Amino acid sequence: MTDVTALERPRSQWADVWSQFKSHKGAMLGLIVLALIVAFVFIGPWLWRIDPKYVNPDAVQMIKTRNKPPSWDHPLGTDQLGRDMLARMMAGGRVSLAVGMVAMVISMVIGGFIGLIAGFYRRLDGPLMRLTDMFLALPLLPLLLVLMMLFRDSLAGLLGPEAGTFLLIVMAIGVTSWMQAARIVRGQVLAIKEREFVLAARSIGVPPRRIILRHILPNVMSSVMVAATLGIAGAIITESVLSFLGLGFPPDFPTWGRLLFDGVEYMQLYPSRVIFPGLAISLTVLSVNYIGDGLRDALDPRIRGR
Amino acid sequence: MMFRSALLGAVAVSALASAAFAERGADGNVNVLYWQAPSILNPYLSSGTKDVEASSLILEGMAGFNEKGEVIPRLAESIPTVENGGVSADLTQITWKLKPGLLWSDGTPVTSADAKFTYEYCTAPDGGCAQAARYEGIKSIDTPDAQTVVITFEAAKPNPYQAFVGATSPILQAAQFKDCMGAKAPECTKQNFGPIGTGPFMVTDFKVNDVVTLAANPNYRDPAKPAFATMTLKGGGDAQAAARAVMETGEFDYAWNTQINPEMQTQMAAGGKGVFVNGFGTLVERIEMNLTDPDPALPEGERSTTKHPHPFLSDPKVRQALSMAIDRQTLVDVGYGTAGRPTCNLVPAPELYASDNTGCLTQDMEGAKKLLDEAGWKVGADGIREKDGKKLHILYQTSVNPVRQDFQALVKGWWNELGVDVELKQVDASVFFGGDPGSPDTFQKFYADVEMYANNFDGTDPEPYLAQYLCDKIPGPENQWQGENINRFCDPAYDALVKEMAATADLAKRGELAKKMNDMLTKDSFVVVALVDRGRLSAASNTLGGVVLNTWDTELWNASDWYRVK
Amino acid sequence: MLTYTIRRLLLAIPTLLLISLVIFLLVDLAPGSPMSEIPLTVPPEVRLKMIKAMGADQPVFIRYFLWLKQFFIVEPSYIIDSWFGTNLGGDQQRILSWQSRAPVFDVIGQRLPQTLTVVGTAYFIGILIALPIGVYSAYRQYSWFDQMGTLFAMIGYSVPTFFTGVVLIIVFAVNLQWFPSIYDTTLKITDWSSFLKQVHQMVLPVTVLALFNAAEISRYTRSSMLENLGQDYARTARAKGMSERTVVLKHVLRNSMIPVVTVIALGLPTVFGGAIITEQVFKVNGIGAALIGAIHANDLPMVQTLAFIFAVLIVLFNLIADILYGILDPRIRYD
Repeated sequence: MTDVTALERPRSQWADVWSQFKSHKGAMLGLIVLALIVAFVFIGPWLWRIDPKYVNPDAVQMIKTRNKPPSWDHPLGTDQLGRDMLARMMAGGRVSLAVGMVAMVISMVIGGFIGLIAGFYRRLDGPLMRLTDMFLALPLLPLLLVLMMLFRDSLAGLLGPEAGTFLLIVMAIGVTSWMQAARIVRGQVLAIKEREFVLAARSIGVPPRRIILRHILPNVMSSVMVAATLGIAGAIITESVLSFLGLGFPPDFPTWGRLLFDGVEYMQLYPSRVIFPGLAISLTVLSVNYIGDGLRDALDPRIRGR
Repeated sequence: MMFRSALLGAVAVSALASAAFAERGADGNVNVLYWQAPSILNPYLSSGTKDVEASSLILEGMAGFNEKGEVIPRLAESIPTVENGGVSADLTQITWKLKPGLLWSDGTPVTSADAKFTYEYCTAPDGGCAQAARYEGIKSIDTPDAQTVVITFEAAKPNPYQAFVGATSPILQAAQFKDCMGAKAPECTKQNFGPIGTGPFMVTDFKVNDVVTLAANPNYRDPAKPAFATMTLKGGGDAQAAARAVMETGEFDYAWNTQINPEMQTQMAAGGKGVFVNGFGTLVERIEMNLTDPDPALPEGERSTTKHPHPFLSDPKVRQALSMAIDRQTLVDVGYGTAGRPTCNLVPAPELYASDNTGCLTQDMEGAKKLLDEAGWKVGADGIREKDGKKLHILYQTSVNPVRQDFQALVKGWWNELGVDVELKQVDASVFFGGDPGSPDTFQKFYADVEMYANNFDGTDPEPYLAQYLCDKIPGPENQWQGENINRFCDPAYDALVKEMAATADLAKRGELAKKMNDMLTKDSFVVVALVDRGRLSAASNTLGGVVLNTWDTELWNASDWYRVK
Repeated sequence: MLTYTIRRLLLAIPTLLLISLVIFLLVDLAPGSPMSEIPLTVPPEVRLKMIKAMGADQPVFIRYFLWLKQFFIVEPSYIIDSWFGTNLGGDQQRILSWQSRAPVFDVIGQRLPQTLTVVGTAYFIGILIALPIGVYSAYRQYSWFDQMGTLFAMIGYSVPTFFTGVVLIIVFAVNLQWFPSIYDTTLKITDWSSFLKQVHQMVLPVTVLALFNAAEISRYTRSSMLENLGQDYARTARAKGMSERTVVLKHVLRNSMIPVVTVIALGLPTVFGGAIITEQVFKVNGIGAALIGAIHANDLPMVQTLAFIFAVLIVLFNLIADILYGILDPRIRYD
């Protein structure tokens, strides 16, 4: 989106976009909710200083404090080992948000780039789309198992265990989820590049790079936004599947997807175990969706100022 | 729970009384749920529990085990022993006599030739027989007449009840399988999916990994049994869903292995539609200590091998302290409820072989700390113990399983309290137990300091199980990591005991030896830290009668006695 | 367009061969062995013999070429044999699953009906719900209908099926006892009552899957419709005095279909591939359950065959999508 015009006259255009964005009620609400969620997971742990992994070593105490309903001591209750759910939601959210966002960005960048190039340059269309077909056809589980086996130890050695696992997980999710965006973007580019304004731009000698960035990209943004929103939800859930397979973070490391997954077993007895993580994931995705809606409206010059 | 099993036993007895007047097939259909679905009905080609259990409805051996672990006759007239002359005094020969008039479900007679054929089928080269171990040490099998099978062993066999005993070595029909020898075995799909047997049921339809439809065997030896005309054995889902289908929705009559968390057990049992039945066998959840160094800095091929002893776990005091810090009762309460009980033994049963070792049952945090102090591990500035600049840091791995992850978290809490830094790791079960020499994450490779899993032994004789800890069974690169001595434990005195047991026939003496070996591995050295004796927990509907859970044979061992409670 | 289609079909052959090789190497490289579900009581020597009997100890390329031969020569001849009663197959070795020792294609044949009925119905219903919702939400952007649609779609997509499935079972199978929690694959539809029974047991799994699919497709429909509703041609059409109905459903909808067609074409192979989690939750035991079971058991012939059929379908449906683009927007040319 940071196209050339934006670089020439950054203030006025971005101010324009912002004022349009502000007038979008849903988007503002989404932004506020997302900000609250981010504050909850990043600032929360400073205020609520219980270790999310802490299990009381005194067995009697542990048994007494497990599976507790919400109370003042534990506003969201405790889990089957007496761990504080509020602290676990905060710690889990940090990972889930980061994994969701980063993996989504990776998959959108790869998918968007391949889709644009494949749709625009006919020569590259065949090879790139066959590559996409191949990635779509690869069975996900063995692929993830192999990725983890090949790169886990070397990445952990390079970056330390936590950062290494994080990088590997977001790369794994990103690399296995870009294909849909690529196919969608390419389909739209095929149609858009035959439109009059692109032909006009081409006929006056606008270089392809500029045509792509300036004329085509903005027109596929709305589909990319949808793919991105759904992608966050997908990434958060995929992460929980990864840890279910023993490929994700260490087992006592909470994430929202994992809390939800673990909670399903206890759902009948303690519904709050699934409601809170489920709500957190849904709220995040909803707010990102509304922000995306607002952003798209704000970036669309036809709507802007209407 | 003991009370409940006793109650069920009583129900079963009264059932037997009433079943005498019952008629075969009078009770309609029975629905059984195995959440791991059977993939094949020939136990010689797959030893997966689900496959063995499902095929036990159709195929039978000479003898089986009852719920107390005693050998009971099935196709055999009686159990051969040294006393009745069925087993030769030097223990090198056993003579089985078939019951007279036995018929296969297709109406042809069962003869001793079928048994001999079964032996040849399983020992044929290139057959990949999964139960080959059951026929090990057999010199020859002779059939002097159509009813008699004489097995001659290469050496004295203190436990002769291996071949043709239990669900893992049933007798196949020679006529049906004669073209399926050796390399041809896997290609006989029709035979493997619909074996002709002598059991209470026979296959009418088999969908791989999904559902087996069975009908009562018209030629079953007891004309009044089974009470059910048909059986549906469905697979799929998970343990909790299986328990739910019996205990809450009532769609199924029996669900196998419904291991769910204790709270759910209570909740579901309160529903009143069914009961959980449980029993204890030899399955022990344990923490195995690595006596060799798994340091990733070591060159590949030397990690976790006997070349490098473990920097701190080779010290028995550290191992003991780690064991003392664990509260086993809490583990049971959190993970298994009535389906588990704390244990210190590697061999928890049968009684004859079980040591009276209970020293580990009470947690002793202070004692553990003192032991570590004595061993020279002092608490450092960051709360973690250290000695000569080396931190007490443990990598603790196990397979993915919600109960094991809870155990990991609990044990980590206790070890942290000791001043031990613990890093947890979970590995997908198919990788962990897969034994692929190319993967760094198998339990045999043991690239961790400690690991947790469960193991048991087949039948009632712990000899092969205890023989796993021989020095020459240590996994390593030279044997593609295929050894069973996971801890890399090596003690000549232990090896001598194993040898002695192999040559001892007297049961009491065998029991003593087994106890001694069990103690050497557990309370004397803390190489194997037993945690929980895991029982079998299954769910049975209130309308299903005659269920007796048996941990020594398959759970369907007495399906011929099941009936509908009206 | 015809030459393009033919060229694409020809090009698909080397592509698929390459894909099959990559899948084979990938599955082979993945850690795990076919012995993972065998109890630990089975000694290592027996394990090695079992692996040998499966042929799993052969070098990877030999196994790959054997699979190729079995897939492209042996299996088709068996199919021809079963149709015409010929004996082309002879006693050549078919592709056998390592786990069940059954021919892989027999297992697929057993599994396909329930996957096609359950997942197929769910996908069809999902599309039927999603398109009108997507169109109307875009047409009345930010109306309460649109807001509700957004809310349901986002929750439907962000809450995973392992959760919604269990919730439905607890509510409708356990508490209300309206529907069964376990799908009966032995049910044969012979009359009206068995048909009703089939519908009855399909309700819960179909609902879970349809909700998930509808959520995704409706979002793409909505966004693409929004994009096009603001275009000049829509204004022109309205200015010409066309009815709103014609403008929206004929002009705008047609032009908005490209991303929707893409998403549907990407989703259709999964109708064959099954829904792994939903099948497991409801014990449907279709292709998805077979695939995940085979992956866990490291049943390479099964995984390879299923993944390859899946690849064929992906290539096929993406080709169909490309052809549909040309029909929806005649300006798109590939030649």
